[in-house]
Amino acid sequence: MISLTIDGLPVQVEEGASVLDAARKLNINIPTLCYHPDQDVKANCRICVVENEGQRTLLPACASPAAEGMAIHTNSPRVRKSRRHILELLLARHAQDCLHCKRSGTCELQQVSEDLHFVKTPRYPYRPRSAEMNDESSMSIVRNASKCIACGRCEYVCNEIQTVHAISKVNRGFDVNFVPAYDRPLGESVCINCGQCVQVCPTGALTIQDSCDQFWDALETDKLIVAQVAPSVRINLAEALGEEPGTVSTGRLVTAMKRMGFHLVFDTDFTADLTIMEEGTELLGRVKNGGVLPMVTSCSPGWIKFCETYYPDLLPNLSSCKSPQGMFGALIKNYYPAKIGKRPEDICSVSIMPCTAKKFEARRPELSTDEAPDVDFVITVQELARMIRSAGIDFKSLAETPFDNPFGLGSGAGEIFGATGGVMEAALRTVYELVTGETLKDINFEAVRGFEGIKEAAIQVGDLPVRVAVAHGLGNARKLMDAVRSGKADYHFIEVMACPGGCIGGGGNSIKNWKLMESRLEAVYGEDERLPIRKSHENPAVNSLYEEFLGEPGGHKSHELLHTVYTDRSYLLR
Amino acid sequence: MRTNLEANWAVTPETEQKIVDTAGRYQTEPWQLMHILLDIQKIANNSFPREVAVIVSRETGLSEASLYSFISYYAMFSPSERGRYVVRMCESAPCHVRGSKAVMEAISKTLALQPGETSGDGRFTLEYCQCLGLCVNSPAVMVNEAVYKDLTPGRAATLMEDYMRGDYDA
Repeated sequence: MISLTIDGLPVQVEEGASVLDAARKLNINIPTLCYHPDQDVKANCRICVVENEGQRTLLPACASPAAEGMAIHTNSPRVRKSRRHILELLLARHAQDCLHCKRSGTCELQQVSEDLHFVKTPRYPYRPRSAEMNDESSMSIVRNASKCIACGRCEYVCNEIQTVHAISKVNRGFDVNFVPAYDRPLGESVCINCGQCVQVCPTGALTIQDSCDQFWDALETDKLIVAQVAPSVRINLAEALGEEPGTVSTGRLVTAMKRMGFHLVFDTDFTADLTIMEEGTELLGRVKNGGVLPMVTSCSPGWIKFCETYYPDLLPNLSSCKSPQGMFGALIKNYYPAKIGKRPEDICSVSIMPCTAKKFEARRPELSTDEAPDVDFVITVQELARMIRSAGIDFKSLAETPFDNPFGLGSGAGEIFGATGGVMEAALRTVYELVTGETLKDINFEAVRGFEGIKEAAIQVGDLPVRVAVAHGLGNARKLMDAVRSGKADYHFIEVMACPGGCIGGGGNSIKNWKLMESRLEAVYGEDERLPIRKSHENPAVNSLYEEFLGEPGGHKSHELLHTVYTDRSYLLR
Repeated sequence: MRTNLEANWAVTPETEQKIVDTAGRYQTEPWQLMHILLDIQKIANNSFPREVAVIVSRETGLSEASLYSFISYYAMFSPSERGRYVVRMCESAPCHVRGSKAVMEAISKTLALQPGETSGDGRFTLEYCQCLGLCVNSPAVMVNEAVYKDLTPGRAATLMEDYMRGDYDA
């Protein structure tokens, strides 16, 4: 252990801990901007400077290892002056239009400015970072260089964690900017729309492409506005509205949406169960008929674009199943209208998602009926939270309302789609029982749960030892896919979710870190335990849809509506 | 500020093969990246456009974004097209106190180019650059890899005329 003092208070920390860690142990708040708990230290913003007695220069607390006998001051006149000056230099490159910025209230720069009690006019005039300020070309993400403070967190997550390489740091000195290669627009780059950059950006430089107005505009039409709500939205929405992380708000969110003007609110857990029926059947078919293995899940649209771009040779491995959002859209536009005596064009189909890439997925031509998209627009958790606030709804005090029928019933298996390993576990529950005809003794597949980057398991299903693997975060997916490509992976089934942690860590949620993610994960499995039905094939609503309309899983009608094709996008690399 | 070039440089099968061969060195000598990319830039007519980065990315496994990050950081790389001869005038203080401004004016007038511009025929690009390390012989310029020292406005103009006449064309 290392002993030092901070502001006169003695503290002991493990070897390798930083001065920042030591200060946090004492609950002393040192402002940070480029520092992120889930990333390597960059030490480029310098806002965390502290003074060490006897040392000539100030130290960045995030990058300075705590040393024996240090006497650190975090609030000396010199530190105060330096931090203030650093803040003024940062503000000189940051457009101060906070009043109408999407990050107002959650902006870390705003918070630091407030924490430092900076209430004067900055001494330096604002100098914009680049000529092209606002890149709205992406369907999912808006990049506004005028808000960028060049912390480098987006580049880290895009390149080191996701290995997507959509944006990198270019130029140097005053001209530094974070842009796609050769300054192309984000929407034409290799960006896979996962939104993890939005999750780490401390300011409004990277934000979600906002679709809220499309909903308010729809209210002025006489269309029937129907929504589907993804599994992890109920896990994350309350947190986005300021409640404790992991607060499940299923009933309240339906109430809020009804109050806002949605006519019908359905549960995407329903089509998650449907996905399991289709995907499970597809897997068994591939095993039985010598089809392409390993089969890889196709629920995560960020992962799909990644595979289409970097692994086009492995597209045959992807399950042909549409994502639960895609399946829902197909039912809403192809099955539901006839059932209620309306035309497809009389329905406005909205999905509420934890995911920025779903906005891109919804615009895929494959997911449309007669050239009209099956999902008209996608609202993320962040956007829904803003809409609820702007509608004047006090979310905390709402009563609970159940989802609407006929797509209101989902199983625990559908619910766990929200976490890494969830699709795999849901599939195993169903595949095991359908193949063996036996009831699973323990339906909790612990081996595929949790936040380990790559998880593996082998499950004996009848005569077949089914080997599975689960990856979350595209850096991990890349490792698995390289193994598949070189023939070194003899799995039957692989689950990939683009975002670290799965959908509960999706780019459309409120800002996350791994600590918050623990609470969200616990809530997902808590919901699974709580639900009366926990296996997709036992969902009576799904079974009656097959009886009434679809026929058999993997049958003709299913193939027409619930399955899709993929596009080689390696041209993005040429 | 760039003039539209009459003869745009484009990748041909021959130049692509040269780029592929040069990029191949990265597999065994990754620490030589700087030299490899400089050699490739020479093949690509003194510039590093996206078409070239795509080939290098494919051959080295480095992403296009990382390559762009690299070449945009170092002043000797140019992502946009440059002329066959890149004239680089030292912008540092020692050259300045020994008259680089007048030398630059003479060059600029002779080539009819402002700093940062490329001539319409694609032959010349005029640039400022950081210290060439030739302070003792300042003012100094480089034309591609050739160094010219102790320049006066008159000598610099003559030198440019020699280049314009084609005296240095291989």
